[in-house]
Amino acid sequence: MNDPVSTTPARLEVQGVTKQFPGVLANDHVDFAVAPGEIHALLGENGAGKSTLVKMIYGVLHPDEGQIFWNGEQVSVADPRAARQFGIGMVFQHFSLFEAMTVLENIALGMDEPGDMRELADRVTEVSRAYGLPLEPHRNVYTLSVGERQRIEIVRCLLQNPKLLIMDEPTSVLTPQEVERLFETLRQLASEGVSILYISHKLHEIKALCDHATILRGGKVVAECDPDAETAQTMAQLMIGEELKTVSRRAGGNFGEPRLVVEGLHMASEEIHGVDLRNIALEVRAGEIFGIAGVAGNGQNELLIALSGERLAHHAEIIRIDDQPVGRMSAGARRRLGVCCVPEERNGHGAVPAMSLIENAVLSGHHRMELLNSIFIKGAEARRFAEKVVADFDVRTPGAEASAGSLSGGNLQKFIVGREILQNPGVLIVSQPTWGVDAGAAATIHQALNDLASEGAAVVVISQDLDELLAITDRLAVINVGVLSNALVTAEASVEEIGLLMGGVHGLDAHPAAQGGGETHAA
Amino acid sequence: MTDSSAVLVLLTVISAATPLLFAALGELITEKSGVLNLGVEGMMLAGAVAAFAVAVTTGSSTLGVFAGALAGAILAFAFGVLTLTLAANQVATGLALTIFGIGLSALVGAGFVGIAVTPLPKLAIPGVSDLPVIGSLVFGHDALVYLSIVATVAVAWFLKKTRGGMILRAVGESDLSAHSIGYDVIGVRYRAVVFGGAMSGLGGAFLSLAYTPMWAEEMTAGRGWIALALVVFASWRPWRVLFGAYLFGGVTILQLYLQGAGGLDIPSQVMSMLPYLATILVLTVIAAGPWKGRLDAPACLGRPFRPST
Repeated sequence: MNDPVSTTPARLEVQGVTKQFPGVLANDHVDFAVAPGEIHALLGENGAGKSTLVKMIYGVLHPDEGQIFWNGEQVSVADPRAARQFGIGMVFQHFSLFEAMTVLENIALGMDEPGDMRELADRVTEVSRAYGLPLEPHRNVYTLSVGERQRIEIVRCLLQNPKLLIMDEPTSVLTPQEVERLFETLRQLASEGVSILYISHKLHEIKALCDHATILRGGKVVAECDPDAETAQTMAQLMIGEELKTVSRRAGGNFGEPRLVVEGLHMASEEIHGVDLRNIALEVRAGEIFGIAGVAGNGQNELLIALSGERLAHHAEIIRIDDQPVGRMSAGARRRLGVCCVPEERNGHGAVPAMSLIENAVLSGHHRMELLNSIFIKGAEARRFAEKVVADFDVRTPGAEASAGSLSGGNLQKFIVGREILQNPGVLIVSQPTWGVDAGAAATIHQALNDLASEGAAVVVISQDLDELLAITDRLAVINVGVLSNALVTAEASVEEIGLLMGGVHGLDAHPAAQGGGETHAA
Repeated sequence: MTDSSAVLVLLTVISAATPLLFAALGELITEKSGVLNLGVEGMMLAGAVAAFAVAVTTGSSTLGVFAGALAGAILAFAFGVLTLTLAANQVATGLALTIFGIGLSALVGAGFVGIAVTPLPKLAIPGVSDLPVIGSLVFGHDALVYLSIVATVAVAWFLKKTRGGMILRAVGESDLSAHSIGYDVIGVRYRAVVFGGAMSGLGGAFLSLAYTPMWAEEMTAGRGWIALALVVFASWRPWRVLFGAYLFGGVTILQLYLQGAGGLDIPSQVMSMLPYLATILVLTVIAAGPWKGRLDAPACLGRPFRPST
């Protein structure tokens, strides 16, 4: 139905598009076409070249070679403004929003001719109602959840009557209910003739939503397929180019003594628009992997720094490690007791970008790996430790002297996770362990977490990726607006149930998910 | 104190507040675009000396006022080239601008020390200006006093109601987002910085042409710094800047009267510190109060912006 040489021209066709970055061929003669009203998936791992490709379509980047055809005519897209004039709208993975301004102002700023503000407010309300994207025009953006923010970007595109809507990894920040809602909106748009270019690496979403898929690997198109005719397994193999490693699970259920116990943890956030932790309680036993699910910005970061000791609890007894009260202990003292930690932010929190991998290994590893004597760094031991991390976790780097900032995001993530796991912690707290790493490396990290738990460690995994949590955790709880739910046994939990705990569809008062203050994220 | 002397005090408060109001409104616009220009004191001095020199040389105080605004704008433009085009550190460059302004104004003003100039004419409305109390309080000021009030209204309206104001706030709130949507971040900031300089220059011109119609080295006496503090005090809102300027103007006059009144056994130097102590006190209270973190500071304030290509 979407043969590029059929009589009706494709809405968008890309031929032989090539983009070279220093050291990387990001796109290598990419061809594909999107028909009117088609939902077309661009599938590929992180670094496969999806984002580069759509940035060229939207005019943010310019191709070195190749042509772009719009409704059969060759065009050059000079900048995003030109793209918008053709009728191309794009919802970025990282939103371009202004926190301290209202929804309406944000929408007006993103339009070339917004017209009268009062009329615009009416149109926003109208469009948001027509497509099931509820928005209050006069709310300030910082009071909104991530899902609501994404609606602003979508409505901003829809107001300009796009013919092609590009969605870059739109579901990574949504609850399962919000994903379903978004899909309904996209199907409705497609039925009205809008083409949708849907970028993702989540296979079940592509199966559920898309008519056609172009699979990229290493900057090249490796396959075109009909997602309905494929299984998630076959598409994964096309995407990765090899058999997916399966993570061997431990025999569950045989857990030891509680190693990490938290009771009644309250902590006001230090951030301006941060989330206060309210009455957090959890218990993780030896050998257990405990998951914390939730939409980004619901207190995950605050919880991590409370557990790691970067901020202290009000009483020592609030946090206990191996029956020892540590609530008033510093991060270094907790590390000596065996608490290791991987924060979400890699550059600046997990690692110092300007320092070498060896130095970064010393910074968090010196307590447990004895990399310091009373005055000096033990150079040889430090190097050996850093090199072991690089080797065991397949960190692609010229050497351990390379600065942390010179590594790609996925490689730095492997280094940081590896550095903490190899310290053989008694309690490991890890946030977004596989964020930005490819499927092969994700499997390695999951396996390492599993192995660590089977050796008797207690592991806490904070993640927005529900699939990841369902795959590797024994029990999980959901954090929403700084409140942690009761723990569920992962094997018995349903995605529905977890999604409701995550706040269901944010911003819908009528929805039954209002429990736990799920309707807003007021700071 | 008789009624008429109370009116006199209030009149001097208006004069003391006007230069602060000009400079703080200019800095407010500059900071709303995300640029922190600590050179207000230097730009005020440049404005004061340029206004005075031109007024003395040409005999036209109107030309003097324009020269004051222009001198402030030129200094601000230089600040823009350094911090916006060349992405130099804004704090260091702003401090340097103040020191530069002090030196430059002293050099240019050396030949004008001790010369008097006709003060800016009061705009008298026959009949109305002669009304008791109201007449002299509301009417009969010079044009710059009225201009400062009009400027407050205009700045408030611009920020809240116009598309230009919205873009200015957006640029100060998230330069990267504004750039990715397609706004000219650097261009907007240049305009805001130059406007801020012109307003500081006007504040300086008011000092040397109306408040004390003469030129003396460093005659701003720290008013540029008070103006900077006022912007924080006002949490970046124009009407609060107006209120703050009159409050601080009042404190300045209060200490003069307390000194003049004698009786109090406090050294005059301590009294002179009063406005500056008040500034420090207010800033400390603001920073420590329960409303901390809700000050609406522009999120990109002071951060250099380098667009990626």
